[in-house]
Amino acid sequence: MSDPLLQIKHLKTWLGSSDNPVKAVDGVDLEIHQGETFALLGESGCGKSMTALTMMRLLPASGRIVDGSVRLGDTDILALPEAAMRSERGGRMGMIFQEPMTSLNPVLTVGDQIAESVKVHDIAAKADIDGRVLALLKAVGIPDPKRRMREYPHQLSGGMKQRVMIAIALAGKPELLIADEPTTALDVTIQAQVLTLLKDLQQESGMAIMLITHDLGVVSEVADRIAVMYAGQIVEVATREQFFSDPQHPYSRKLFDSLPGKARRGQPLAVIEGSVPSLNQEFKGCRFADRCEQVMDDCQQQIPVWSETGPGQGVLCHLYTKGMAAVPGPISQTAASAVEVKTKPSSSLLQVEDLKMHFPIHKGVLRRTVGHVKAVDGVSMEINTGHTLALVGESGCGKTTVGKAILQLLRPTAGSANFDGDELTQLKGEALRKRRSDMQIIFQDPMASMNPRMLVGDIIAEGMQAQRIGNNRQERMQRVEQLLEQVGLPADAAKRYPHEFSGGQRQRICVARALAVDPMLIVCDEPTSALDVSVQAQILNLLKDLQDDLDLSYLFITHDISVVAYLAHEVAVMYLGRIVERGTVQEVLESPQHPYTKALLSAVPVVDQENKREVIRLEGDMPSPANPPAGCHFHPRCPEALPECKQSYPQQIKLSDTRTVSCIKLDQ
Amino acid sequence: MPQFVVLWTDALIFLLLFMAVGFGFYAARKEHLRGPWRSVVESKVGVGTMVVLLFYVTIGLLDSIHFHPALAEQDRSNGVTHSSEVISLFDQLVTPLRVRQEKTYSAPLATHLYAKETIELPDGTQVRAFPRLRYGGAHLKHPEKEWQSDILRTIAIGSVKGVLLTFVILNILIMFTSMRSGCGYGGQAKRMLLGQTAIPWRVAMLTLAVMLIVLTVSAELSLKYHLLGTDKVGEDVFYQALKSIRTGLMIGTLTTLVMLPAAILLGIMAGYFRGWVDDVIQYLYTTLNSIPGVLLIAAAILMLQIYMSNHADQFNSLLERADMRLLFLCIILGVTSWTGLCRLLRGESIKLREVDYVQAATAFGVGNFQIILRHILPNVLHIVLITVVLDFSGLVLAEAVLSYVNIGVDPTMNSWGNMINSARLEMAREPIVWWSLMAALMFMFTLVLSANLFSDVVRDAFDPRLRSSR
Repeated sequence: MSDPLLQIKHLKTWLGSSDNPVKAVDGVDLEIHQGETFALLGESGCGKSMTALTMMRLLPASGRIVDGSVRLGDTDILALPEAAMRSERGGRMGMIFQEPMTSLNPVLTVGDQIAESVKVHDIAAKADIDGRVLALLKAVGIPDPKRRMREYPHQLSGGMKQRVMIAIALAGKPELLIADEPTTALDVTIQAQVLTLLKDLQQESGMAIMLITHDLGVVSEVADRIAVMYAGQIVEVATREQFFSDPQHPYSRKLFDSLPGKARRGQPLAVIEGSVPSLNQEFKGCRFADRCEQVMDDCQQQIPVWSETGPGQGVLCHLYTKGMAAVPGPISQTAASAVEVKTKPSSSLLQVEDLKMHFPIHKGVLRRTVGHVKAVDGVSMEINTGHTLALVGESGCGKTTVGKAILQLLRPTAGSANFDGDELTQLKGEALRKRRSDMQIIFQDPMASMNPRMLVGDIIAEGMQAQRIGNNRQERMQRVEQLLEQVGLPADAAKRYPHEFSGGQRQRICVARALAVDPMLIVCDEPTSALDVSVQAQILNLLKDLQDDLDLSYLFITHDISVVAYLAHEVAVMYLGRIVERGTVQEVLESPQHPYTKALLSAVPVVDQENKREVIRLEGDMPSPANPPAGCHFHPRCPEALPECKQSYPQQIKLSDTRTVSCIKLDQ
Repeated sequence: MPQFVVLWTDALIFLLLFMAVGFGFYAARKEHLRGPWRSVVESKVGVGTMVVLLFYVTIGLLDSIHFHPALAEQDRSNGVTHSSEVISLFDQLVTPLRVRQEKTYSAPLATHLYAKETIELPDGTQVRAFPRLRYGGAHLKHPEKEWQSDILRTIAIGSVKGVLLTFVILNILIMFTSMRSGCGYGGQAKRMLLGQTAIPWRVAMLTLAVMLIVLTVSAELSLKYHLLGTDKVGEDVFYQALKSIRTGLMIGTLTTLVMLPAAILLGIMAGYFRGWVDDVIQYLYTTLNSIPGVLLIAAAILMLQIYMSNHADQFNSLLERADMRLLFLCIILGVTSWTGLCRLLRGESIKLREVDYVQAATAFGVGNFQIILRHILPNVLHIVLITVVLDFSGLVLAEAVLSYVNIGVDPTMNSWGNMINSARLEMAREPIVWWSLMAALMFMFTLVLSANLFSDVVRDAFDPRLRSSR
C-alpha cells in the first residue's frame, strides 16, 4: 500500500476551560490514501467536525490541540507557522461546509468569491483568472456559467450554492477535500446531484475526500473506507464492503438496526438507550458501555484497546480483544420479511378538498398585490382514524403549509377541510378554539417549539389550561405526570426546564404536550429530521405505540422515505403546491407511477447494497411557487416529458380505489 | 418629629425601587433570569461598577426623602412647630456643607476669597487684599504657614478612618460569607483575599476601599474647608455636585419608567398583531421620530412654565415647582425616546410570533393576551433590560446638554447641567473659575463611566447572540 496522504496520530483536541475541558477529540488515529473517499460517521456531538477543524487548524477560540500529530504528505500540519498554514488551507486541503447559505458572502458575486481563492492558491492562473473561474464553474456543473459568475449568492438555489462552494474548494487544486456534511441541508434529489458531482470530480483529479456525515445512506453511496466515531474516539474502521456486510462494533450494529425502513414495518425499531455521554469527564471504561447491550464487567472498568480484526479493519471493543467476536448476533436487516399492513376497520376522519393557500406579494409604495405565492394550490386528501398519511416532498413544496392550513394556524385561501363533521375553514372564535383540542402539531425542532422560559410541566399544562381540561392546577399536574410517564420520561421532569433535556427527550415532551388535550389527529412536521438515527428510532417507536394505544391519526410530513416506509399507511407525494401521486404505501413505494415519485425514490441513498438501483438524476431545482411553469409543474425537470406536458396541468387519474396520479402519460 | 413631604419624583423613584426589588425576587426564582445576573455579579467589572453605582444610588435615595424639619424650641411661635423650608435627609446629614456659605468665589481648599476686596484693618487703614473666608480654613491662625501641614494631616486622618471602616466592613462580609459557604472564617478570608471566590469579592472590596477612603477624606476636608471651592454666591460646590446626583439619577431612571409601558405595549402589539395595528403604531412612532426632540422638549417646557406662572397657587414652594419641572422633563424625554425600544420590540415580536412554541400555543387555542403575556413578553425582557441600562448614561448626559441650553431642569435645582451652564460665564472671567465645571465633569464622568461599563456587562450577560460566542 502506498504511503498515506493524510496521517493523524493520537490527536487530542480540548475545548473550554482548563480545569474542566470538553475532550471533543480524544485520541484519534486515522489515515487517508490518495484518491479514496474516507467517511467519518457518527452522531452529533461525537467530535467529527472538531476533528476536521483541527486538521485545518480552524479551531474556535476556546479550543486547543493538546496532543498528537497531523501529517499531510511530508508536512507536519500542526508544526507549521500560521503564515504557511494559510497556503495549505484551501491549497492542499480544501473544505466545504454544511450550510451553503451562510458560507458565501452575500454582497460579492459568485465569480468574485471563486476568483479570490484562485488568486491566492493558483499562481499559474494569475494571467487568466476569469477563464479559470469559468472552468471551475463548468467543472462543478453549473449551467450557463458565464452569466452565473456575475450573479450574487441569493440568486442561486441551495444546490447551486453548494456547487459554488465546491468550486471554491477546488480552486486550489486540493489533494484532500474535507466535506463536512455537504448534503445535509439539501433535498434528496439535490443531494444525489452533489454526491455524483463529488464522485466525478474525484475520478478526474484523483484527490482524496474526507466525508463527514451522520447518514449511513450517503456513506454507502460514496465511501471507500469508513471510520465510526463515538464520543471523541474512533470505534471502528472498515472498508465499505466489510462495514455494510459485517459491522463489528456493537454501536455500528445498533446504528443499522435503528434505521427505519420497509423491512421493519410492524415491529419496533432497535433503539440505543440513553444518549452520547458528555465529554468533560474522565472515562474509566468503554464509552459506549452504558448504552451497550453486550456490556461485560470489563467494559465498565477497563479502557478497551484497538484490535485488528482483518485487513484494513479494526475495532475498539472488549469483545474482540477477548476473542468473543462470535457472540454478537446477526444484523436483523433481512430477518423480517415485509409484514402486511394491518388494515384496521376505520372511518374517515379528515377530508381535505382542493385546499389552497396563496400568499400575496406586495410591491411598490401603495403595497399593491402584484402576484401570489401559491404555496398550496389545490390539495385534496383524506385521513382515516388510526391511520398515518405521509406527505412527502422536497423542501419548499408546501408540505408544512398544508399542515398549518389544516390546523387553521394559517387560514386557507380556498377549499375545504372537513374534520369529523365540522368544516374547519368556516369555524370561528369559540367553536374553533374548542375544536383545536382535537388536532395537534409536533414540530421539527423540539427546542424551538418550547418556550425556554417555562417549566416543562407548565408547557404541557398550557394546552389543558386553554381547553379547560382539569379543574385546578393540582389535577392538571397529575395528568402531566401521567403523560410524562406515557412518553417514557420520569415524572419529576415537570419541574425542569427544556434546555436540561437532550434532543430526543425534548421531542418526547412535545409529544406529551400534544397528547395533553386528547387529540384525534396529530400533524407531525418532520418530527425526527433534527434528531440522530438512534434517537429517531426512539421517537418513531413512541409514535407508533401511541397510535396503537390511542387510535391516533397522523399526518406525517417528511422528506425521509425510509420513515414513510416504516410508519405510513398512505402516502401523498407533493410537488410545488400540488399532490402528484397518492396511494397506499405499498402502491406508491413499490411501483411509483409519476416520474417525480420515481426520481425521488431513486435518489434516496440506500444502505442495502444488493438492490442497487439506477439513480434518476433530476436536473435543476424546483421552480418558485410564485411563478410555476405552465402546464404540468414538473415538466421542465421531467426526464419523460412530452410536448403535451406544457399545455395544461394533467388531470388526476384514478388507478385504483386508493390511488390517484397526475400525469399525462398514464392517460394514454 | 419632622413633617414629611412627598414630592412626585420621590414617590416615583421609590415606586421604581420597589419594582426593582420585586423584580429581583421574581428573577431569583427563574433560572433564565438568575443565570445572567449571576454572571454579572461574577464579573470583575460588574461588581466594581456596582459598588460605585451603589454610592451614587444611596446618595440619590437619601436625597429623595423630603421633610419640613422641626424647629428648635426657642424658634417656635404661635403653633408653628415646623420650618417652612423643605430639606431632604441628605441635606440634614451634610448640614455643615449646606449652611456654611461664603461671600463669593473661593478656590478649592482655599483659606481666602478668590476676589480682592477692600478690607478695613483694626487700625482703621484700608487695604485691597484677599479676605479670609468665613468658614474655609477658619481654624488656622496663620494660614500661610499651617495650611499645607493641616491639609496633609486631615487627609491622613481621613485615610486612616477610611481604612478602618473598610476593615470593619471586610470583616463583617467575611463573617457572613463564611457562614454561607461553611468553610470557616480563616479559610474564607484566604479565599477572598486570593481572589478564589466565585463572586470577585476582592475587586468589590478594593473598589469599596477606594470609595470609602475618598469619602472619609473628603468628609474630613470639607468639614474644615470647601473641598471643591465655592460658587458665585458662596455656596459649596462639593455640596452642589452631590445634590446633582439625585437629578441625574432621576432623569436616567424616571424617563425609563415613563417610556417603558408605551414602548413595551405598542412594540409588542405592532409586532404580534401586524395588519392595521402595526400600520398605526408604526405611523405614530415614525411621525414622533421625525420631530426634532429638542424642539419638542423646548415647547413642552415653555408650556409648563407658562402654566406654572398662571397657576402659582398650586405650587407651595420653589422646590415643588422645580420638582414638577423635573418630572415633566422626564416625561417629555420619555415621549421622545420610546421609539427606539418600540422598534426593537416590534422586530423581535415579529420574529417570535412565527416561532414554533407560539404556533403550538395557537394550536391549543390559547388567547392572544395569554400568548403575549406568557410567551412574547418574557422572551423580549432581555432587550428591555439591555436598552434601559444602555439608555441610562445617555439620558444623564442629555440632561446636561438640555440644561446648558436652558430647557432642562429648573435653574434653582442643583444639576450638573446647571453647573456647566453657569461655568460658561465663569470660564470667561479673568482669572477663570474652573472648579464648578471640573466638579460637574468629575461626578458625571464617574457615574456615566460606571454606568456604561456596567451596561456592557449586563448586555454581555443577557444578549443571547453574545452568550453563545463565549
